[in-house]
Amino acid sequence: MVETPVLKMTAIRKSFGDVPALTDAALTIRPGEVHALIGQNGAGKSTMIKILNGAYRKDAGEIELDGKPVRFSSPHEAQLGGISTIFQEVNLVHYRSVTENIVLGQEPKKFGMIDWPKAHRRAEEVLQRFGLNLDVRQPLHHCNIAVQQLIAIARAVSFDARLVIMDEPTSSLDSQEKQVLFRVIRDLSAQGVAVLYVSHHLEELFEVCDRVTVMRNGSMIATHEMSDVTKLGLVSEMIGRDANQIAESGATGFGKTHAGSKTVVLELQSLSNGTNVKDASLIVHLGEIVGLAGLLGAGRTETVSMIFGADQPAGGNMAFKERRSFFREPADAINAGIGYCTEDRKAEGIIPGLSIRENLTLAMIPRMAKRGVIPRVAEREMVADFIDKLSVKCAGMDQPIRELSGGNQQKVLLARWMATQPDLLILDEPTRGIDVGAKREIQTLIEGLSAAGLSVLMISSEFEELVEGANRVVVLQEGKTIATLTGDDLNEDNLLAAVAGEAAGAAV
Amino acid sequence: MTMAKAKDMTGSSTVAKINLGQLARDNGTFLALIALIVINMVITPNFLQVQTLYVNLTQVATIAIVAIGMTLVIASGGIDLSVGAVMALSGALAPFVFLSEFGMASPGLALVLSIAVALLAGLLCGMFNGWLINQFAIQPIVATLVLFISARGLAQVLTNGNLQVFDNPAFEFIGSGRVLGIPFQALMAVVFALILSWVVRRTAYGRYLLAVGGNAKAARLSGISVNRVRLATYAICGVLAGFAGMVVSAINSASDANQTGQLMELDAIAAAVVGGANLMGGKAPIIGALIGAAIIQLVKYTLLANGVHDAVALIAKAVIIILAVYFQFNRAE
Repeated sequence: MVETPVLKMTAIRKSFGDVPALTDAALTIRPGEVHALIGQNGAGKSTMIKILNGAYRKDAGEIELDGKPVRFSSPHEAQLGGISTIFQEVNLVHYRSVTENIVLGQEPKKFGMIDWPKAHRRAEEVLQRFGLNLDVRQPLHHCNIAVQQLIAIARAVSFDARLVIMDEPTSSLDSQEKQVLFRVIRDLSAQGVAVLYVSHHLEELFEVCDRVTVMRNGSMIATHEMSDVTKLGLVSEMIGRDANQIAESGATGFGKTHAGSKTVVLELQSLSNGTNVKDASLIVHLGEIVGLAGLLGAGRTETVSMIFGADQPAGGNMAFKERRSFFREPADAINAGIGYCTEDRKAEGIIPGLSIRENLTLAMIPRMAKRGVIPRVAEREMVADFIDKLSVKCAGMDQPIRELSGGNQQKVLLARWMATQPDLLILDEPTRGIDVGAKREIQTLIEGLSAAGLSVLMISSEFEELVEGANRVVVLQEGKTIATLTGDDLNEDNLLAAVAGEAAGAAV
Repeated sequence: MTMAKAKDMTGSSTVAKINLGQLARDNGTFLALIALIVINMVITPNFLQVQTLYVNLTQVATIAIVAIGMTLVIASGGIDLSVGAVMALSGALAPFVFLSEFGMASPGLALVLSIAVALLAGLLCGMFNGWLINQFAIQPIVATLVLFISARGLAQVLTNGNLQVFDNPAFEFIGSGRVLGIPFQALMAVVFALILSWVVRRTAYGRYLLAVGGNAKAARLSGISVNRVRLATYAICGVLAGFAGMVVSAINSASDANQTGQLMELDAIAAAVVGGANLMGGKAPIIGALIGAAIIQLVKYTLLANGVHDAVALIAKAVIIILAVYFQFNRAE
């Protein structure tokens, strides 16, 4: 006899404009199981959750809850239907009482007024299910984060949830609080409530989950019993690399024509930021491409944004050329000769309302302007030159940048930094979300820049990009540099092992 | 074959229609102004008189001048509620200088000094707003509320809350003088608008302003000092409000700390929005602000000249703002 799954999602598809987010996503959860959902950034996990809880509408596919097809058009409907979501950031009402937070939206009424004694009793009952005894009349912000999270869970369960979705529930918890959360999750499961557990901390999954589904590029890759898999196996599925099979070379636009010299351009020692970056160290030589690898949450973006002066470090040392200190502001880093292409083009890269021209020359304006006035002809010449050189496909340099495709936007942003003629270019996932053709062009371009003597520090989650593109790859895990791969050691097997944290052999 | 051709033709006619609609939307403000003028020619008695033009130009100038500054502030992603109060302060400070003993003794120097002091007060108020927003990361609407209250209070303390009447023809020129037959302050509004729209298009500051308003995070990562851009923007807005305050005092031959600039912040925001400014920031249609101010003024005048009550005029203003925002949302799509 086959048990009816509590949730069955099949052939889910969803696109945002022309960009497909989910192509063939599926997920099956058994009653009372703790099911992990993992994947890299952009694999489609959050889109999946949002479709499940009614925040997004799916383009195609089926969702069945307890064997019956359902269609939720808002998170509230999903909640009433038995699916509750607990988001990364606890979204409760901080200045109201614990009771109010738990009964919000389903307050017990008496003569049209809220029946407070009953509400408090209900809140207490709900919390006691999780072994929590606290004054439900106190304002929520008097409780610590872990308790708040438990209250959020209690609230979710009080809706008679069949399935509770937890999105990165441990991100703000310490190890002791984590144990409390895990106990609650096991209790829930014992009570027959299924949990969908989304996390990039793989160790946690082995501690608390029964099964795991891996997603990549908007599709479901596999579902396993936790007892059947290893960390290495999961990582290789997330990344799309078989641990036993090396990709053929030539899959990227990189060809290792650049060599790199002995002159040190950037040296970083024991960088920390007090939270997720703990001990990051790396060296970049002149004309070298250095890769920065690691899983989601390893602290790669945080590390480079401290190099660039966008965030201030809590500890560590940095030397850039002759300078022996951190930069206070991005403007200082730019003046010293660093460029930084951010990962999130939309939020941190483009100025959407401005034209290609205005976006391209933005970092150059201080050097280009004469007594505060931008020389019109020189600006247009420079932009035309870059559009031509990088073959940016556009209707003209005065077209708003938001109308360009991802690949062409990225070319404009690369040009923004190339124009400043930096000594070090930091690239954070330079080819993410870009179609294959433009991807190769950008990789070739980076290679060319490096061959011309530019030093590059490149974050990437694509192994072939790192192995074929970089002279050396520095691997971060949980904010620490745990390995540096170079020469013959730099291959996909070693990289996979290092990223998964089983780097015994490869560590240098 | 013929079907394909027919389909093609209908396709192209839709394109033409869209373009026409687009044209109307892009120049909606200007078309609305033309429509208002045409309506007035039909319904308002004596509309096509030189006198009518003068009255309107004289009254619109202060709104226009403040709206230009407001447009810059809105372009930076902020808002300035203190402009009306700053007008009251500057409007009170100028006479305070030339009515003093020193001012009586050397009127020429005092005139220059009084204007300088009024503008400086506007500058300092604007810089204070910018500093408050930068230093404490306060929302602009809250930060500028400080001077919204206290600048007028300061002006009232300065004048003991009384009307300060004066007789100073040289100063009154700011409010009632004419150059080539055009009211001086209207001319100044146009001059300010031309200068600042050039600044927005051609200078580094202008580019920074649009970048900060369009995406402050990306602007900072491109090396722009977001704080300095904000400080400068609020300062410019303050100076323009200071100038407008002097215009009001000069028109009345008296400074009135209680009334000068009352509700001006709302008129200025309305003019900027009607002119095409986007409250999310990143757009600075300076000439649009001029047209927006003209529309607001003209609607007020139309209703007044046709015997409609003042209170109704306020409602009409609200309708205009709603329409402007509605069209803005359509444009955004």
